[in-house]
Amino acid sequence: MAVERGAFRVGHDQVSTDPLDGVQERSNTLSLRRDDSRLASHRSRRHFEESAVLWVLRAAALVSVLATIGIVTVLVSQSIGFFQEEICVLNEGEPIKPCEPGVNGTLTHVGIVDFLTGTKWSPLFKPYREVGQSFGVLPLVAGTFLVAAVAGVVSLTLGIGAAIFLSEYAPENVRRVIKPILEVLAGIPTVVYGYFALLTLGPALRLVIGEDNLGTFSALSAGLVMGIMIMPMVTTLSEDAMISVPRSLRDAAFALGATRFEVATKVVVPAALSGIVSSFILAVSRAVGETMIVYLAAGGRPNLTFNPLEAVQAMTAFIVNVALGDTPHGEIEYYTIFVVGLLLFLITLVMNILGRWVVQRFRQEYE
Amino acid sequence: MALQSQSSARKTYRLARDNVFAALFASSVVAGVLVLAWLLFEVFIDSFGWLDWQFLSSYSSRHPDQAGVLAPIAGTFWVIILTAVMTVPVGIATAIYLEEFAPANRVTRLIQLNISNLAGVPSVVYGLLGLAIFVQYLFDGQRSLLAGALTLSLLVMPIVIIASQEAIRAVPPSYRDAAYAMGATRWQVVKMVVLPQAIPSMMSGIILAMSRAIGETAPILVVSSLVFITYVPTTPFDRFTVLPLQIVTWVSQPQDDFRHIAAAAIVILLVMLLTMNAAAIYIRAKFQRRAEY
Repeated sequence: MAVERGAFRVGHDQVSTDPLDGVQERSNTLSLRRDDSRLASHRSRRHFEESAVLWVLRAAALVSVLATIGIVTVLVSQSIGFFQEEICVLNEGEPIKPCEPGVNGTLTHVGIVDFLTGTKWSPLFKPYREVGQSFGVLPLVAGTFLVAAVAGVVSLTLGIGAAIFLSEYAPENVRRVIKPILEVLAGIPTVVYGYFALLTLGPALRLVIGEDNLGTFSALSAGLVMGIMIMPMVTTLSEDAMISVPRSLRDAAFALGATRFEVATKVVVPAALSGIVSSFILAVSRAVGETMIVYLAAGGRPNLTFNPLEAVQAMTAFIVNVALGDTPHGEIEYYTIFVVGLLLFLITLVMNILGRWVVQRFRQEYE
Repeated sequence: MALQSQSSARKTYRLARDNVFAALFASSVVAGVLVLAWLLFEVFIDSFGWLDWQFLSSYSSRHPDQAGVLAPIAGTFWVIILTAVMTVPVGIATAIYLEEFAPANRVTRLIQLNISNLAGVPSVVYGLLGLAIFVQYLFDGQRSLLAGALTLSLLVMPIVIIASQEAIRAVPPSYRDAAYAMGATRWQVVKMVVLPQAIPSMMSGIILAMSRAIGETAPILVVSSLVFITYVPTTPFDRFTVLPLQIVTWVSQPQDDFRHIAAAAIVILLVMLLTMNAAAIYIRAKFQRRAEY
């Protein structure tokens, strides 16, 4: 009913108010010819409106393109600024003293290779600054991936378990209740998770593991909470992949006497593997870019370690930390946040593209 | 006989394994739900007794028992309204262009790909963009409401576009065909057929995108910085703070009482989000009922 009513109304408006193109084409009868000029002006007005609208819409679509160009331009240009700044580095064998060019140190640029492979990150702190700054980004990258690894383990185990439960075991009414609850987890602001990791889970973990082994800040508490945060993403995307595995494959396995567990692990999961892997990559990429949990709960000191019990500083946490301080615009400390931001942007971009590529490349098509 | 008993033992094992794993899979769902319950429980217990009228109507203070959230609440409303005003028209227009007008060529595919990539850019990177372009370049170092809203606007734009595209795609092609058959132009089809049908579902997607913007902390933190504000902003060029920033400030304080007011502020933030999500669900449900007949 709705279809016919809507369509009729449009057609009706058309005929009564606005002459149609087709009408004018056939307008060489006398009665219509009198209105030719009026028709033409209607038509050109409509033509004008049509092309004006098109240009407005095109301009709107351009905004998102400009946003990308803006992000890339800002990150790249400020990073170039970073690599052009000169810093004082102590000459070899010099005792640790404030660095003076020509006396005990030399002015030099930060090389891209040194930046990417250096194991010491001390761009800010006054005592460090005076003995020469150091710009090796590895401690921040390691911090980011240590937290993301903990989060990845949690979200992979819980997320895929939950996805298998929802798609293979749960009756429809249970599914309908559980899914929105899990989505609430994804909708909670990250600052709330940061509060939870620092003030609730952290102290609870310290009770279990011991205060000597675990400090107030740790990659573990940040990672566990982040794992819970990205779990719904793994669950939803994996479950979508599992549900699209055709019923007939499951029926065939059940007919051979397979249990639900065997159907899930030997038929459904292999068939949905590309979707599951993709969901995991996208979720870890989310974890790498996440800021507030690591800023509040993982710590604020760069630390090159693979021990999740220690405090680490993630790339995002470093950016926020510097942006909050009063680093003057145009100094090398200011540029560091953009060069770290560029690295973060590239890492997440590669992971997102990889995540989507896995799905497209390895998708099983069933007809 | 021996063979039969062996196979029945094997069957018992397989069935037992099936049940054990059913319980394991179910427990991962339970784990997620329990953590959610624990988190909410902690927040409410921590905030108990701190959430009162004095808290809602006071400015921030060094003394936790005198501190309040008036400035951040005002800032949150300012930011969300400015963001919505800038994002919604551009987002919907982009969606209309991509779904109804754009030719199916490489440029269109590139724009589409670009939008899905933008949705995956870490939010703190948008903060860097806002800091360099809006704060430093456009407003000459002034950390204003407008700079914050512009940043958030770019951040939620991909979400608004994707939600609007889905809403437009859900309008049956037969509606459009009927209108085209009557001689309607593209814009007339969009204006009179597609938009009226798609707007409820768009609204619901847009409200969800805005609730994402309310909870977003990192980009605002970079653009606005942590400031001690004891006034309600009156123009878009004023400095501001929002609820998540206030929460960060209080969570970082060592004194125990600040933890309670942080929890109280979280309760307010969660209530705001809950309201918006309920509104989105209500609009969607109402729309679905109507589409059924």
